[in-house]
Amino acid sequence: MALDDRKSEFTFVGTRPNRPDGLDKVTGRAKFGADMSAPGMLHGAILRSPHAHARIVKIDTSKAEAHKEVKAVVTRADFADVPFKPGLEGEFWNVLENVMAGEKALYDGHAVAAVAATSALAARDALKLIEVEYEVLPHVTDVDKAMAPDAPVIREGAADYSVPEGMHPNVVRYHESGHGDVEAGFAEADLVIEDSFVTEATHQGYIEPHACLGMLGNDGKGELWCTTQGHWIAQKTCAALLGIETSQLRVTASEIGGGFGGKTTVFIEPVALALSRKANRPVKLVMTRSEVFRATGPTSSASMDIKIGMKKDGTISAAQGVFRLQGGAFPGAPGDMTAMCAFAPYNLTNVKQVGYDVMANRPKQAAYRAPGAPMGAFAVESVIDELCKKLGLDPVDVRLKNAAHEGTKASYGPRYERIGLVETLEAAKAHPHYSAPLKPGQGRGISCGFWFNHGGETSVSLALSEDGSAQLMVGTPDIGGSRASMALMAAEVLGIPYENIRVTIADTATLGYNDVSHGSRVTYASGLATIKAAKHAVEKLCERAAASWGIPTDAVKWENGCAVPSGPNAGDFDPRPLADITAHMGSTGGPISGHFEATPEGAGVSFGTHIVDAEVDPETGKTSITRYTVIQDAGKAIHPTYVEGQYQGGAAQGIGWALNEEYIYGEDGRLQNSIFLDYRIPVASDLPMIDTVIVEVPNPGHPFGVRGVGETGIVPPLAAIANAVSHAAGVRMRQLPMSPPRILAALKENG
Amino acid sequence: MDYHSPASFAEASALAANATGITRFLAGGTDVLVQLRSELVTPDTLIDLKKIDGVSDINSNADGSWTLGVAATGAEMSEHAELGRDWPGVVEAMDLIGSTQVQGRATLTGNLCNGSPAADSVPAMVAAGVSVTVTGPEGDREVAVEDIPTGPGKTSLAKGELISAVHIPARGENGGDAYLRFIPRTEMDIAVVGVGVNLRLDGDTVTEARVSLGAVAPTVLLVEDCAKAIIGSTLDDAALDALAAAASAACNPIDDKRGTIAFRTEVAGVLAKRAAKIAYARAKGEQA
Ligand SMILES: Cc1cc2nc3c(=O)[nH]c(=O)nc-3n(C[C@H](O)[C@H](O)[C@H](O)COP(=O)(O)OP(=O)(O)OC[C@H]3O[C@@H](n4cnc5c(N)ncnc54)[C@H](O)[C@@H]3O)c2cc1C
Repeated sequence: MALDDRKSEFTFVGTRPNRPDGLDKVTGRAKFGADMSAPGMLHGAILRSPHAHARIVKIDTSKAEAHKEVKAVVTRADFADVPFKPGLEGEFWNVLENVMAGEKALYDGHAVAAVAATSALAARDALKLIEVEYEVLPHVTDVDKAMAPDAPVIREGAADYSVPEGMHPNVVRYHESGHGDVEAGFAEADLVIEDSFVTEATHQGYIEPHACLGMLGNDGKGELWCTTQGHWIAQKTCAALLGIETSQLRVTASEIGGGFGGKTTVFIEPVALALSRKANRPVKLVMTRSEVFRATGPTSSASMDIKIGMKKDGTISAAQGVFRLQGGAFPGAPGDMTAMCAFAPYNLTNVKQVGYDVMANRPKQAAYRAPGAPMGAFAVESVIDELCKKLGLDPVDVRLKNAAHEGTKASYGPRYERIGLVETLEAAKAHPHYSAPLKPGQGRGISCGFWFNHGGETSVSLALSEDGSAQLMVGTPDIGGSRASMALMAAEVLGIPYENIRVTIADTATLGYNDVSHGSRVTYASGLATIKAAKHAVEKLCERAAASWGIPTDAVKWENGCAVPSGPNAGDFDPRPLADITAHMGSTGGPISGHFEATPEGAGVSFGTHIVDAEVDPETGKTSITRYTVIQDAGKAIHPTYVEGQYQGGAAQGIGWALNEEYIYGEDGRLQNSIFLDYRIPVASDLPMIDTVIVEVPNPGHPFGVRGVGETGIVPPLAAIANAVSHAAGVRMRQLPMSPPRILAALKENG
Repeated sequence: MDYHSPASFAEASALAANATGITRFLAGGTDVLVQLRSELVTPDTLIDLKKIDGVSDINSNADGSWTLGVAATGAEMSEHAELGRDWPGVVEAMDLIGSTQVQGRATLTGNLCNGSPAADSVPAMVAAGVSVTVTGPEGDREVAVEDIPTGPGKTSLAKGELISAVHIPARGENGGDAYLRFIPRTEMDIAVVGVGVNLRLDGDTVTEARVSLGAVAPTVLLVEDCAKAIIGSTLDDAALDALAAAASAACNPIDDKRGTIAFRTEVAGVLAKRAAKIAYARAKGEQA
């Protein structure tokens, strides 16, 4: 989209006011997913498979149905697509299959039936009355084993056209890209390192479990309240799964207690609606933590082979990577994303990357901040670090030497527009952290990271009130303080104070389709639409002023919240403030609103560089992160505090992923650590203060220069921490998480 | 589910003796209620002990020993300056349990009777030589802490028996104790290895010692070879190495989601050394 009205001087943008939802959140007044109730409401509960892979021979729900407090029981037969009435295909079918198992239970925790009863306790008890006969099948949970010739087949025919002949049916998508001649490049290198890396699946770990309240009548009209990153996708998916018209289901997004990508799809929402339709009463469903771990969407696990050649001066002469990602019992693991992001920070003559999407008997993976990118960066940046070490080169200098810049042909194809990688590296080099002395037992790690960022379908409306305040309706759930950023951008255009703007996350009946709050797109796309909607309103304000002055509209301009004559020739009139115009809007043409909708395409890619110090206890293998600095290009930080929050959050989650978080499966294919006691997410005292540096290289695709910042921050940590730990321990760590037993074993092996 | 709140231990014992199905005593409830809500254990009978007189008391006796009620909480122990001066290892072990909220409820007795091999206060109590009074249909008997757990989730208490008091011996001169656990995080985690050390000095020489290991076997271990390794020494490097070797040799751990056999065995030795050094410094009157 061409933008000719770029702005670089700001009044409101770049300030740090309190978020408008802050008071509600700290006083407990905010309504999250589980906080909604309705008269006559029932409580739902879901029966889940105890097997990793099993044919469902028979489900007998008669005893549960006979329970006097039970009002409805549903199985797969209660959804739109049944074996006798096929209709859904593609991703809708996959989601349905995940939401309620069909012929087979595909992973430990897969939903097989659900009940609604008059109390949560009764619903839970009734689950025990449902009898399911399973025929247990062989299972596989490891990505490499799932690709092996003797692996059990999860679903025949799930692979698409991209998969080369002769691969196991569990390999369902294949990606290959790059340019140049890698073999020639390796021949030119002074040193070539080839190595393999493994990462385990992790969960986003949002504190709020999935929760919803659904109502669906036999007339096909429904209401859904849920915690989600995107209520339009919830609306569309639920409607498809239940066989109703999309517009007949109104979905309202609750306040959200974290999502990080994990709430971009549906799990319990269609089940609540199916139960409600059967019971003819509202049904509330709230997941337990264990259900969240077992049956929502963790990230993929990965197995990767990297080969990089470097010249003595640090020039990378060739780079090649193979990335195998396991995404659960459904297609969708982002092997293509991993491959495309892995080498994206570098200006390479010869590069080749291959990605595999592999199915295994695990829950269907969902997005987790920059899905696929962190693992690839871990593998690639570890090898670059090893090359620097062996060639005696400074890791920041080597990255600067090879850094992509404007005009570079990206490893995944296109040429970059203006980007800020070099600026983050220069800031890293100049940062006191990079030159601070290390204590014995400590190591320092560096890594760069890349993420595409996304635009997506966006629709925003703004309505002015008679008193000169404004209400802004956006369709992207606020997962990181975006209401504050939207209000700042609207304030900047309208010229009225931040406090005079109320931002609401509108429900699906109020705006056109809005894509999910994902892809770091909200401040970019909803922000762009907010600016355009506010400008639309400003045009109308100028029209009203022009009419009152009896001059042409193009002789009026908007300045500091007032309509003013555009120049001396336009006439001599006193400025008319916004509130003066809105006070009379009813009698001068009616309400004044602004609207904008589009699918903006100029999201602008983003890069970051992280510096980490780690200390390893050589006797126990325990790591502590002693210092952490995130440097990332934000394009333009609308609300710097919330930009810093995104940077710190990415680092915090990266520390967990790198050190202790992992999905642990037993021999039986069941998840062993489905509680926060054993799924070791960092606690506050595990984290150092995470320092941040906001680099601002404006994105040419946004009127204020914004680039998304939500995802890039989780790309470098795994690698940066692995590099720091490897230096501290004196041994290269190739497997995540680098838990104490793994580090201690590596130390022992190393002598 | 039947809920009772008896006024005496005799009454509690009678209720338990006559109960059918699964019975649980309710001290702090930080195990019982969590297990109930997660449907791990749904008791048929719940006997709340907190209404019995004196169950929250922490008393020092004339001979220097201590008697704690079965509902005295971790928070109350940590707030008790004198108890902390005498038995810092026992108090710090209890204090490691859970969060501030959990500390306000959790008890030594509950930690012991829940029967987890990883229970934090138990190795510290064993090292300190703590005993408990067991009240049952036949009356009272006194039992050493190490004789209570018999396996994961199991105790030697018979039907109708419960613990009615906890006895910590007199500290005496030149003694010190310490407890250390290994967790991959910094708090809110479960011990992968736990080590309690209690010793007494004559000058610089260790004259008495008790070393106990947690989370490395089906029950807490009192390891005599560890004690032997340091008794008679000044806790020099050779003695510490012998201590570590004895601790590792005593381990009989499992491989599980929380740690490997090799890791637990190795780290038991490392922590034994570190805890012994702290106990030694405390015995010498140094801050540690
Ligand atoms: C968030 C959290 C963190 C935790 N962290 C830790 C930790 O770090 N380390 C650790 O060791 N534990 C931990 N725990 C477990 C628990 O808090 C401890 O085991 C605690 O000491 C139990 O004490 P309680 O008084 O709450 O026991 P309760 O739950 O009341 O009882 C536990 C068991 O003891 C039995 N019992 C209680 N009193 C008696 C009695 N007088 N006679 C006979 N049997 C009795 C009960 O029947 C029950 O089986 C944690 C728990 C939570 C919820």
